Amino acid sequence: MQDWRTYEPLLIPSIKDLHKIDVYEKNGGYQQLKKVLSDKEQTPEAVTNTVKNANLRGRGGAGFNAGLKWSFMPKPDGGPRYIAANGDESEPGTFKDRMIFEYNPHLFIEGALIAAYAMSIDAVYVYIRGEYRSWITMMQKAIDDAYAKGYIGKGIMGSKMNCEMYVHMGAGAYICGEESSLMESLEGKRGYPRVKPPFPAQKGLWGRPTTINNIETLANVPLIIKNGSEWFTSIGAKGHPGPVLYGISGHVNRPGVYEYPSGMLITELINDVCGGVRGGKKIKAVIPGGSSTPPLRGDSLDGVRMDADSLRDAGSMMGTAGMVILDEDTDMVDLVWRISHFYHHESCGQCTPCRDGTGWLEKTLLKIKNGEGEIRDLELLLDICFQMEGRTICALADAAAWPVRYSVARFRDEFEARCKKSIYAVA
Amino acid sequence: MEKFEFNKAERDHIEKIIARYPDSQSAVMPVLWMAQEKFGHVEPDVQKLVAKTLDLPEAHVYGVASFYTQYYKEKMGKYVLDVCTCLSCQVCGGYDMLHYIEEKLGIKAGETTEDGMFSIQSVECLGACGYAPMMQITNDIYVNHLDKAKVDKVIETLKQGKMPEFEPIPMRVAEKS
Repeated sequence: MQDWRTYEPLLIPSIKDLHKIDVYEKNGGYQQLKKVLSDKEQTPEAVTNTVKNANLRGRGGAGFNAGLKWSFMPKPDGGPRYIAANGDESEPGTFKDRMIFEYNPHLFIEGALIAAYAMSIDAVYVYIRGEYRSWITMMQKAIDDAYAKGYIGKGIMGSKMNCEMYVHMGAGAYICGEESSLMESLEGKRGYPRVKPPFPAQKGLWGRPTTINNIETLANVPLIIKNGSEWFTSIGAKGHPGPVLYGISGHVNRPGVYEYPSGMLITELINDVCGGVRGGKKIKAVIPGGSSTPPLRGDSLDGVRMDADSLRDAGSMMGTAGMVILDEDTDMVDLVWRISHFYHHESCGQCTPCRDGTGWLEKTLLKIKNGEGEIRDLELLLDICFQMEGRTICALADAAAWPVRYSVARFRDEFEARCKKSIYAVA
Repeated sequence: MEKFEFNKAERDHIEKIIARYPDSQSAVMPVLWMAQEKFGHVEPDVQKLVAKTLDLPEAHVYGVASFYTQYYKEKMGKYVLDVCTCLSCQVCGGYDMLHYIEEKLGIKAGETTEDGMFSIQSVECLGACGYAPMMQITNDIYVNHLDKAKVDKVIETLKQGKMPEFEPIPMRVAEKS
């Protein structure tokens, strides 16, 4: 395995003005699109297989094999087919896709077009959260330039391929990052997640076959087409290969988005990449992949790597690779209360366990935070979590329950210390 | 009573927006954005205009406008300061910044100054976690790495009717040891 110290970024390489289409072209841009359009061996099936064999796992949180997802699309029947590119990026702790919008938008566009070729897509809708107005402007400029050069539109690069690309601006709703909610939002509705099945590949946008991929996932596609699936699987962790944009925030000296191979040691990311914890303090906890992934204790980080398997064994998840580092002074009760406040605010309100459960979690945690909680409230929290997990249409309820469940389990002493002493003996 | 209308050029632009989608209902979000840009908010009368323009039930447009937090359902200050207090911003002093701004402007989060210049909101994660604490101004520019001096400067700039400039984020690489 290549040492990360000698790794050269591929998704956001340090090439000046790479966001400009001329510079992107000079650096081999749109050549992979040309390759799949002109090379007879690069049939849509062959491209899908290459991506599938590369084991490119979705970078939006779920980590599903992107090529396998593409292969679920039914055979073209003459009707329209869509890609919805997910740039909603609203999971607290996540701020990576905007680096692609800002520094390498054409890599994403090329990847989306190759995906469009592989699945015979008529239009790509790029859904970007409304708060990212500055980056939506950048993305729109990149798309306009690509249209002007004939990379998007009718008869792409002189071939028979037609594909449109549009930006759709969100308006402040975390839930719209959930794929079926995103589709509802694109259809001009409230972002209520849909019951599955039917899955998007069968019945997606406007009732037609649709695939939803994360921005970073699609940006990896041209790299795979250029260098092959074997090359891709040789980067980083075996079961979760490829470059990853690590968004690191919280109490580190040099927070930011860094591109490195998957499977980096969490301790290396903190100490060597981010220059250690601010003020040389100890680490109390690390949230590895956005607010919904269970926090790990600072004393349990040895040997834990940023890949799906290693994090599962450690008792958490990869999520979006948006890591939050929390130092020894962090008030965990306060932190978890604020996370619960977030999920309560963002619950769409469709399912009762989530609509009410997120509120109860927040209220109960507020009570404990204010020193008015009792030890039995901790059991109440766990019970509420149990009543939420797996009982709703989408995963928001689970995402809200996990940080509470695992924080109470892993930092119980801190929660207990905030509770009033019970006059009854605690079993 | 104020009358809300789209002019000819705007109606033509709306036709172009509708053409991006298979049906006109899908244009409701971009058209609400357009309306908010023009009128500064999407109060019920603006929602009615959007409904009429897209030939949709008013209830549907209300449903959408009320679901998404960035649409202002009532008049706001000229500048809306959205201070992030979520997760990374929370642990990096987001609430300190919020309280400082509240004190400075003499209003609480959720309120607007009497002169109609500023509104403050405490908002959920804006996706700038590595540059915490931060705020967004009226659904537009992100101001990163806030401290009291920077807040003072930004508010002074806004009082002069100018928006702060976009702050590009430097690319990050590990410092070679």
